[in-house]
Amino acid sequence: MTFVFEVLVTLKPGLSDPQGKAVEGALPTLGWSNVRDVHVGKHIRLTVEADDDASARAQVEEMASRLLSNPVIERYRILETEPGDRGA
Amino acid sequence: MAVVEQALHRALGLTDDELERIVRTLGREPNRNELAMYGAMWSEHCSYKSSKIHLRTLPSEGSAVLVGPGQDAGAVDVGDGVAVVFKMESHSHPSAIEPYQGAATGVGGIVRDIISMGARPVALMDPLMFGPLTDERNRWLLGGVVAGIGGYGNCIGVPTVGGEIHFAEPHSANPSINVMCVGIAPTQGLMTSASHIAHEGSSLVLFGASTGRDGIGGASVLASATLEDGSEGSRPSVQIGDPFAGKLLIEASLEMIEAGLLEGLQDLGAAGISCAVSESASRARMGADLDLDAVPLRERGLEAFEILTSESQERMLAVVAPERLADVRAVSEKWGLASAVIATLVPGDMLTIRHEGKIVAQLSASSLADDGPEYERPLAPDDVAETVDDPAFIPFEGDLHEALAAVLSSPNVASKRWVFEQYDSFVQGQTVAAARSDAAVIRVPGTLKGLALSSDGKGRFGHLDPYLGAAHAVAEAARNVAVTGARPLAITNCMNFGSPERPVVMWQFAEAIRGMRDACLALDTPVTGGNVSFYNESGDSAIWPTPVVGMLGLLEDYRLRVPTGFARAGLSICVLGETFAELGGSEFADVVLGVISGRPPALELERERALVDLLHEAASGDLLASAHDCSDGGLAVTLAEQAILSGHGFVVTVPGDLPPHVALFSESASRAVVAVAAERLEELGDMAAARGVPFAMVGETGGPRVVFDGLFETTVDELRDVYESAIPRLMGEDV
Amino acid sequence: MTSGIPRVGVITFPGSLDDRDALRAVETMGGEPVALWHADPDIHGVDAVILPGGFSYGDYLRTGAIARFARVMDGVRAFAERGGPVLGICNGFQVLCESGLLPGALIRNRSLRFVCREVHLRVETSQTPVTTDLTPGEVLDIPVKHGEGQYVGDVDELARLEGEGQVVFRYCAPDGTIDAAHNPNGSANGIAGVRNADGNVVGLMPHPEHAVDPDVGPTGGQSLFASLLTQALAGV
Repeated sequence: MTFVFEVLVTLKPGLSDPQGKAVEGALPTLGWSNVRDVHVGKHIRLTVEADDDASARAQVEEMASRLLSNPVIERYRILETEPGDRGA
Repeated sequence: MAVVEQALHRALGLTDDELERIVRTLGREPNRNELAMYGAMWSEHCSYKSSKIHLRTLPSEGSAVLVGPGQDAGAVDVGDGVAVVFKMESHSHPSAIEPYQGAATGVGGIVRDIISMGARPVALMDPLMFGPLTDERNRWLLGGVVAGIGGYGNCIGVPTVGGEIHFAEPHSANPSINVMCVGIAPTQGLMTSASHIAHEGSSLVLFGASTGRDGIGGASVLASATLEDGSEGSRPSVQIGDPFAGKLLIEASLEMIEAGLLEGLQDLGAAGISCAVSESASRARMGADLDLDAVPLRERGLEAFEILTSESQERMLAVVAPERLADVRAVSEKWGLASAVIATLVPGDMLTIRHEGKIVAQLSASSLADDGPEYERPLAPDDVAETVDDPAFIPFEGDLHEALAAVLSSPNVASKRWVFEQYDSFVQGQTVAAARSDAAVIRVPGTLKGLALSSDGKGRFGHLDPYLGAAHAVAEAARNVAVTGARPLAITNCMNFGSPERPVVMWQFAEAIRGMRDACLALDTPVTGGNVSFYNESGDSAIWPTPVVGMLGLLEDYRLRVPTGFARAGLSICVLGETFAELGGSEFADVVLGVISGRPPALELERERALVDLLHEAASGDLLASAHDCSDGGLAVTLAEQAILSGHGFVVTVPGDLPPHVALFSESASRAVVAVAAERLEELGDMAAARGVPFAMVGETGGPRVVFDGLFETTVDELRDVYESAIPRLMGEDV
Repeated sequence: MTSGIPRVGVITFPGSLDDRDALRAVETMGGEPVALWHADPDIHGVDAVILPGGFSYGDYLRTGAIARFARVMDGVRAFAERGGPVLGICNGFQVLCESGLLPGALIRNRSLRFVCREVHLRVETSQTPVTTDLTPGEVLDIPVKHGEGQYVGDVDELARLEGEGQVVFRYCAPDGTIDAAHNPNGSANGIAGVRNADGNVVGLMPHPEHAVDPDVGPTGGQSLFASLLTQALAGV
């Protein structure tokens, strides 16, 4: 069966996030001064062939912790989407 | 039916006459696929239809020239069995829309041109032109372009060692992004259609990235028409570069060449597969059977014309004899690149293209590749320079110290550290001198030779007089190379102009070619190839006529390279050449007086030649401790830069009877400032006299102060501060 | 144990760039350079291993994240566990951190821009294979060229590193002062290079292989290579 997952990878809180700061600094020049705490991370989409949902998810967990994120500095969240859902 | 066909050919950038020509050649109406191919291949960018007749007048031969214009890049013999391959290209239109990717793919493209000749890329240079940095959009463009050039060049491991950046209002809507690449090959290993013969039955192998919809119609849509409002719609035409794939492509291609596996190699750039296949076949004087089903695709559902004109990046086409095919595919696989046989060379001239089992196009390879239209477009002189007097006649009572600070902090002159620190200049370990030298110097491995490289454009001069602007660009490039002690050998060029459909622009182009021709003949630097970028205009605003010259020079012994900054304290400072009352088109006139007018400085090509020869002779005799050419900003800036670079100040008495501001800021040609040990002054003076080069000892290096005797004084630290902080400040950094 | 000339392996990953320069530096400084391929787990009995600079796998996903799974890393790990000297330069440093062979991680420069310039480095310890010939406090001139060189770790990890003397190099002023002005990428505590707990694995962001030839740059890298070659010859 085919399952589609999205993995969101972000820097652990407290770590320096220069990209987030740059974005936060740019927003006021566009007129938004009411925004703080901006963080920039990564979004990875995977299409996985597996016997069932639980097995697919377990495999994606392992991919996320071994390759897709660096546990020293990042944490991740896994979302499962409907196959064919290509929302922004 | 006829009405629909007409609209289609025009949408592809073909004129009615051009359509008629195609009909005559084919003996029938072209189908959609054939029209798309002609539209791409006969676009201005690919066919040079408006510029060919003028480009032909440029000197392109010389005893050292191995490959002149017409191949993927030019090549020069530098001795010891070494050939230097080099070329400059533009990628201005895509960069105006998406600066990072436009610039990055510009680098990718020019690098592929170099490797297709069998050369390993060893250096990149980027001459760039933007609108003033006081405008946020121009800052955005500068940041994006520099990040893109660095992002691609650094990742493929080719050092970016120089370039130049100029700012002028006409470039606000139309930045000019030129990139030059230099490569090295054994003279025996150059891949040209003369040296490598393709045979009937040989395969055309496509290797590298897969083919998608990138840049469909990019060649004809973008580069052959001016930018209109709402450029958002052009976004799909901008390609995305993958420098990692680019690096693998370099290694795979060079390995194939070194193992003698190839009969030919072509890079895929503008007009994609159409261009690569038709040119490969045409150069071999053959036709080809092309099967589009064999092309590895990135997504399903591409139509035939899309596969044919896609400009997906990082793809090469190899011509391979059947017995070598397995080896070629093995090399491709080793480097993790896909490969596919997409065509076979057949006798005759016909390109037969199949898709999904059916013939979808059939046309003459040479008609596409070689028989493009040639236009002699009407010319009409521009009258900019005739009207106003030289700004040297405007009385100036201002403060000279302030004037120097204003010129030094002008973005055209100020330190470009903000830019060049984003480029890796160390990779490959052969960079003797990079951005902080008049010319970059790269060692040739296995020899003592050094290549001296400079890129120069004089847009402001060109605006006032296109003939002189071009001639000055060549002269300055030669001078920049000569001050390192190298001998100028040959040039590549990039001609940046407005629309050739306007007679004034065409006149500017013809004049620029004339100026380039005269200078190249006088300086003995033939043109080995280059690029023409037309249509750099939008609405009423066209860029100044800006031919950019990329000069290749040779140092027989790189250890004798002459540095730019003052080598030490206690040296005698000498001015070679003569300063005249000429502020036309100068930085001082623009920044301090607020005028761009008059004529550019005079250029006596024999004087320039004499100076270049003198510098080479003096350097070979180890006479020069340091040397710097006089250009933007004049003598005062030349001296200031040498002090800032070295940390050594100076005391100088400006010679002659000119008003002080003219003496300090005139941009007269054919001048250099050299530093010499006192005991060798007479020797240099005699050498200069023998060549008829004016020579004046003006002062001495040393100390923390900078003294223009009788005029003003300051310190090296103060000058450095002004020079280094200008651009970071404009880019919004804390300094 | 060895023939008298130390054999130093330099790994080429897809996208490695400074592998050639590292091989050349080894040779210039008197060692025998040995090219190692990423897909080959055998490190061919070399006396030291260098992971060079570059953009392995294009730096895609994270720098060094994909290279750390290359087959050659099995051989490197075994060699490191035996106490063999391992040096990671720039991208190599990033691969070693991703592999867990070195503590901490490298992220994007604080300025968000690539930076290429000559910097000064202060040696913090002579207890590593690349600093045996150097004295703590000594200042070297070596170039940096990277976009992701900001060294980070959490508060406890950094405290431990400092406490255990695992910081090997810091960015400094010409006189050895550590300050923000001379820190090219915002690294915590100005850290430019670290060692593992056992002291045989070292990583640094600056490029000593570009600092051995006076014709093309500074020469601060000569003593690093000299130390490494001596240690390699001394054996494990």
